[in-house]
Amino acid sequence: MTNLTVEAFELTRLYGGREAVSNVSFSVMQGQVLGFLGPNGAGKSTTMKMLTGNLAPSAGSVKICGIDMIENPKEAKALIGYLPEMRPLYKEFTVDEYLTIAARLHRVSSKHIKSAVENAKERCGLGHMSKRLIENLSNGYQQRVGIAQAILHKPMVVILDEPTVGLDPNQIRPIRELIKEIGKDHSVILSTHILPEVELMCNHVQIIDKGKMVFNGDIDVLKRHRVGNKLLIGFNNTPSIEALMNINGVTEAELADNNMMRVRFADGSAPHEAIVQAAVRNSWGLYQIAPDQTSLEDVFTQLTHQDAAAELAVESTQ
Amino acid sequence: MIINILRKELKSMFASPMGWVILALLMLAFGMNFLNGIDSYFSVMQGSMRPAERIGVTQFVGQKLFSFAAFLALFAVPLLSMRLIAEERRSLTLPFLFSAPVSITDIVLGKFLSLVLFLGLIVVYIALMLFALSPWAEIDVGYILANSFGLLLLIASFSAAGLYFSSMTQQPVVAAILTFIVLFALSFLDLVLPGDPSGVLPNLSIMHRFQSFTGGLIDTGDIAYFVLLIITFLTLTIRRLDADRLRG
Repeated sequence: MTNLTVEAFELTRLYGGREAVSNVSFSVMQGQVLGFLGPNGAGKSTTMKMLTGNLAPSAGSVKICGIDMIENPKEAKALIGYLPEMRPLYKEFTVDEYLTIAARLHRVSSKHIKSAVENAKERCGLGHMSKRLIENLSNGYQQRVGIAQAILHKPMVVILDEPTVGLDPNQIRPIRELIKEIGKDHSVILSTHILPEVELMCNHVQIIDKGKMVFNGDIDVLKRHRVGNKLLIGFNNTPSIEALMNINGVTEAELADNNMMRVRFADGSAPHEAIVQAAVRNSWGLYQIAPDQTSLEDVFTQLTHQDAAAELAVESTQ
Repeated sequence: MIINILRKELKSMFASPMGWVILALLMLAFGMNFLNGIDSYFSVMQGSMRPAERIGVTQFVGQKLFSFAAFLALFAVPLLSMRLIAEERRSLTLPFLFSAPVSITDIVLGKFLSLVLFLGLIVVYIALMLFALSPWAEIDVGYILANSFGLLLLIASFSAAGLYFSSMTQQPVVAAILTFIVLFALSFLDLVLPGDPSGVLPNLSIMHRFQSFTGGLIDTGDIAYFVLLIITFLTLTIRRLDADRLRG
């Protein structure tokens, strides 16, 4: 396939005999935004370092647009824009100077350097910071400079390690838009531990835990796990559990926090209306009814638990 | 690609006052030394009656100046080379270079050449000072060129060593100290170790090798020695940085 931008084959990295990453394989296509999730120390950053050629894999290989990272590192690296976890900024330079250096190093031809720098600054909202020393910029602006440096040369693959760290909510929104926009014609791989962010930005998710891939699939698969066949209902006069179980389609009912009740229903049935009618008839004092979403955190905890993961991995490969 | 690394390094060297201050201090020191040499030339030559004792002004002033430069380089180079890689390690900017489409060899050569170019300014400055005597005296062009070439080789080998020690640590100061100790030991090997002056060890001493240049002699053996020294330290640096990628 021609639009495969990143291919990782059985990547393994040993640190003194301990496997930091073991047998991770995946691929990214053009136009995909891949979210990399995992608890601390799971091997996200290690994997990213291997993808960008900063770390040699103990086994396995990486191909960027079909070019092998180990055999042709220069050619492969030219197609990547990378923002490591710790921003690699030269604090003694101004924003313009730094971005110009980045452009030169990434083989932007000298007559395009200026426009590339201007474009990157504009996209990251750095226009008015051009002449400031990076040292004197706030944390959030430094992060933007880091992102600007990664997208400057319009790489095929943009790899961002925790790109939204240190940004305030107002700054995060344009950056999210930016990442989505880049994802349209190129590929983006980003790691984060802010789960809602994955839903907002990514169309593909990978969860890695203790160096092993535990989930790899479409964001929709993950979302489906979130929204189960569950309802959260609030009554002023809480009915008995049997009374609810008698309603057609309800399979399970239990008391939840704050005097609410959690109701599970069978696939395909929609007992919502029946419940409301029963509530009115018996004056249970219904004041709230809503689908009960498992928080993404719960899904995440579930997934990074070994047994549950095995089950899911099977499902996602179908 | 080497040129882009070189430009970045030179820019960073001149972005901080450090580069300017060292350059200014060195020029001041050489200027004073030069003036002193000229001043004392006439008084010394008046005292030397026999023709064999009389030497030309180029050699009289130049010899002092170039030996002084070699001695000062021993202190100046570690101070300038210490930040080259150690600073990048400390502020975690190495991934910026490693993920750009440049090889580690390019990075090392770029950094090395930037320092040689920077210190080369001083060599040019010294040579220009001596050439400035030409309206008033007959100067020995060959002597100045041989010395400048020797000084450049000396500085380049110091820089290569400094670069290597800078790649070993995260602390620039530690790099500077290590560089200084090693350069000092290598420079004065022949003075510290006893034994036959025609033996092997004195031939390994940097200052011993440099002496033939100060006499105005360009010896291929000396050139080979310095070139080998430079290649050795640069190769070690490349290997050290490559180990970062392999060992993580």
